[in-house]
Amino acid sequence: MSDFVYVTYIKATPQKVWNAITTPEFTRQYWGMAIVSDWKPGSKWDMVNLDAAGSVNMTGEVLESDPPSRLMISWVKPENRADKSETSRVTFEIEMQGEMVRLNVIHDQLKPGSDMARGISNGWPRVLSGLKTFLETGHALADWANCKSAPQAKVA
Amino acid sequence: MVADEDKVFKALADASRRQLLDRLRRKNGQTLQELCEGHDMSRQAVTKHLRLLEEANLVATTKRGREKLHFLNPVPINEIYTRWIGKFEQGRVQALHNLKQAMQDKEKDQ
Repeated sequence: MSDFVYVTYIKATPQKVWNAITTPEFTRQYWGMAIVSDWKPGSKWDMVNLDAAGSVNMTGEVLESDPPSRLMISWVKPENRADKSETSRVTFEIEMQGEMVRLNVIHDQLKPGSDMARGISNGWPRVLSGLKTFLETGHALADWANCKSAPQAKVA
Repeated sequence: MVADEDKVFKALADASRRQLLDRLRRKNGQTLQELCEGHDMSRQAVTKHLRLLEEANLVATTKRGREKLHFLNPVPINEIYTRWIGKFEQGRVQALHNLKQAMQDKEKDQ
């Protein structure tokens, strides 16, 4: 099994969480990347580096989009775009639970033993705790000030 | 079921529960049955430990048919990490960790 399920609780509204995931001006602050798409089913999405070159380091297709509660995207490195075995899938589920939003991130259909499967376990926990901090305090994570791929990320 | 920090620390303050997290790190998405195998804990004890881990949001679950799958959810641990390890320490803490890891691996080889 090389699937991952991450859960975080955030003091916010589902709409704010949705906006934080789908708006590049927000993602660059806590993710250190611009996540760009029109988020319509069938549309392309890109994860764009914040450096001057603006290279795309992850891409895919919007598979399902039901704002503000559910977003499903395919996930593949640009150079492997044509290779189905290298394409995985990410689902964001956003729901109110009491006073908090419960955000589930499910990353599945990963190729077992791939670099991607290994890299995932380092990436998502940091992105999700960054997202939580960003939404609850309005501050970007200090981490990104230290991150070479994100020279423009400002620490509030 | 809002996870607070006390729950995370209490859940981690038990060797059996840490062992369950280790097992999920090695193989994510296990059923209760799988987690009971090769374990000297009773099914009842594993169930109780998993419930505490789930309440602390250290374990996330999904349903697959009639089965419940358990996943390691390290997001609360990352929150604790970023609280006390700032951007300046990060590199040095990682270097010390790598050094320790390398020394221990060397010992094992000898």
